[in-house]
Amino acid sequence: MRKLTIPEEEYMLPGHTACLGCGATIAMRYVLKALGKNTILSIPACCWAVIPGVYPRRTLEVPLLYTAFEVTGAAISGIREALNAMGREDVNVVGFAGDGGTADIGIQALSGAVERGHDIFYIMYDNEAYMNTGIQRSGSTPMGAWTTTTPGGKKRMYKWEPKKNVAEIMVAHRIPYVATATIAYPEDMIAKLKRAKEIKGPKFIQIFSPCPTGWKHSPDKTVEISRLAVQTNAFPLYEVINGKYRITIKPKNPKPVKEYLRLQGRFRHLTEEEIERIQEEIDRNWKELLKKERCSQEEE
Amino acid sequence: MVKMILTGNESAAWGARLSRPKVVAAYPITPQTSIIETIADFIANGEMDARYIRVESEHSAMAACIAAQNTGVRTFTATSAHGLTLMHELLIWASGARLPIVMSVVNRAMAPPWSVWTDQMDSMAQRDTGWIQIYVENNQEVLDSIIMSYKIGEKHHILLPTMVMEDAFILSHTAETVDVPDQKVVDDFIGEYDPPFKLEPGNPEGYGSLIMPEGPYMEFRYMIAKAMDDVRNEIRKTVEEFAQVFGREYAPLVEEYKTEDADAIMVVLGTIGSTAKDVVDWMREKGKKVGLARVRYFRPFPYEEIRNLANKTDMLGIVDRSYTFGYGANLYTESKAALYGHSSVPVKNYVMGLGGRDIKPELIAKVFEDMLKIAKEGQVDREIEWVGLQGDERWSL
Repeated sequence: MRKLTIPEEEYMLPGHTACLGCGATIAMRYVLKALGKNTILSIPACCWAVIPGVYPRRTLEVPLLYTAFEVTGAAISGIREALNAMGREDVNVVGFAGDGGTADIGIQALSGAVERGHDIFYIMYDNEAYMNTGIQRSGSTPMGAWTTTTPGGKKRMYKWEPKKNVAEIMVAHRIPYVATATIAYPEDMIAKLKRAKEIKGPKFIQIFSPCPTGWKHSPDKTVEISRLAVQTNAFPLYEVINGKYRITIKPKNPKPVKEYLRLQGRFRHLTEEEIERIQEEIDRNWKELLKKERCSQEEE
Repeated sequence: MVKMILTGNESAAWGARLSRPKVVAAYPITPQTSIIETIADFIANGEMDARYIRVESEHSAMAACIAAQNTGVRTFTATSAHGLTLMHELLIWASGARLPIVMSVVNRAMAPPWSVWTDQMDSMAQRDTGWIQIYVENNQEVLDSIIMSYKIGEKHHILLPTMVMEDAFILSHTAETVDVPDQKVVDDFIGEYDPPFKLEPGNPEGYGSLIMPEGPYMEFRYMIAKAMDDVRNEIRKTVEEFAQVFGREYAPLVEEYKTEDADAIMVVLGTIGSTAKDVVDWMREKGKKVGLARVRYFRPFPYEEIRNLANKTDMLGIVDRSYTFGYGANLYTESKAALYGHSSVPVKNYVMGLGGRDIKPELIAKVFEDMLKIAKEGQVDREIEWVGLQGDERWSL
């Protein structure tokens, strides 16, 4: 029998207001399990600004500072430095923001915060669009996706640009810890968070979090889609510790991306040719990642 | 107490240093930059014990101050013009979160066209953000006001942030003698920061969560309105206490100069006040009875003081170093609103010195002459007058 590595402690109570099958909700639960009670959270405008519940109710068992959309990086910098000024260097300071608040409107504050080297966690829960406002395209929306601002129509106006790679942008900042994770691999996610906890400085973790409402899939498919994203290499799981890459889940025989796409209504319109283009993009990214892993390991 | 030769910006840095903020978030902008440079020197030399966050924008400076203050420490930042307007969203956040942050604002004109020189449009555009706003006229007042702002803002029935305005270059880069009080005296005067709430592990409070229309959103806003009204009395008490401890006297909300028997009173903000006081003396030597009122606090607005001014004179000339396109400038429209139904003295708006255009004593004298004429005739020729436009012979010197 496999030994479970997931802590039993719960810091998220029942009663959250998220949609059925919400991946971001599972992500928060695991993050708090890994980091524990000695944590202060800051959340900007995003689904998670609503999920904890309406005042005065809250599902979270840790203190929480809500902030404006674009300032998560600056807010956690302020919390960190105030705590340090009071001699509380032991407290985990965690920004928990969506992909719009991270890849787009919040990227300046994020870049500033990690460049300055504060001892912080920045968690980007990536549901690949502005979901709280009703499924609008973000920089993190994948190629080919339907959203309400890339609605297709007669001109096939979907999101044709590649997904912005925020993890790589973080690697370029030369911060000590960058990782990707997803809810279908909770042991992997928790191991990464625990490794990050041992590292002083900025830690960035991008958690791929399926959104049944925005991706147009059945709520019971959230975990399956999360797993397929890894098994098709659409969202590879890796970590970069001080510039050294390590792919943590390596699918032996990657499945065709078509298997991942066909479960989601947001990709339903794609032609065979378009799926082929997406497959090529994924293959290229995967090869690049393998190269990065090899090169950075060779440097030793 | 030590006497030092300090610029307005150095005075601001000293005011901050003596108030012992634990976190300073700083971003450069002309003409504010020497405030945060001086603070950097203080910290680098171990003379000031604060965490210094070199943020990547003023927007983040205010966000970091909000988060740090909410974590339970005193904070400070400084800005100007575009930096201040970039902060706008978070200024409203700071007062809504009831965080008594103190910020130096060096008043600078807004682009386009680019100008680094003084006018007050930047801070006037922040009138509705829920910040206490004070305009000062000399470097001593810069330093003293920062100290008093922490004391007033941190009172548990107030809990509001304050911006302390100084005019660009006229104060920011001009040195004068400033009494720098002893640290111990300031410590005793302000006391330790004692926030009624803060982020703390083990205490799972949430700050700023979603609230429905039937929830107490409106009540929270009403509490801010009440607190801002209470600031008036807190200012009155604090300047008295300050005078006892430091030996320097400040008029609470509005400073009056030779207003008692004045036929006309000029109402101003900031450094125009010190120039105009000299002009009042010249005019009086010539037998012309004019007076000056320098509004120190624009938020909360000193409506009672403005009404009292109207009761003792025949004309009020309101000078604004900013404009609200569409109808009059803020000091004028607010003064008139305060006077409606309370006084029928003629009131006229003089818009002067935008983009740092020099407000010479001779020009102020001309404005006083215009005011005396209106006082005598009992009615205003035009409500709003732009003074000193190129090619306007009426105001040429």
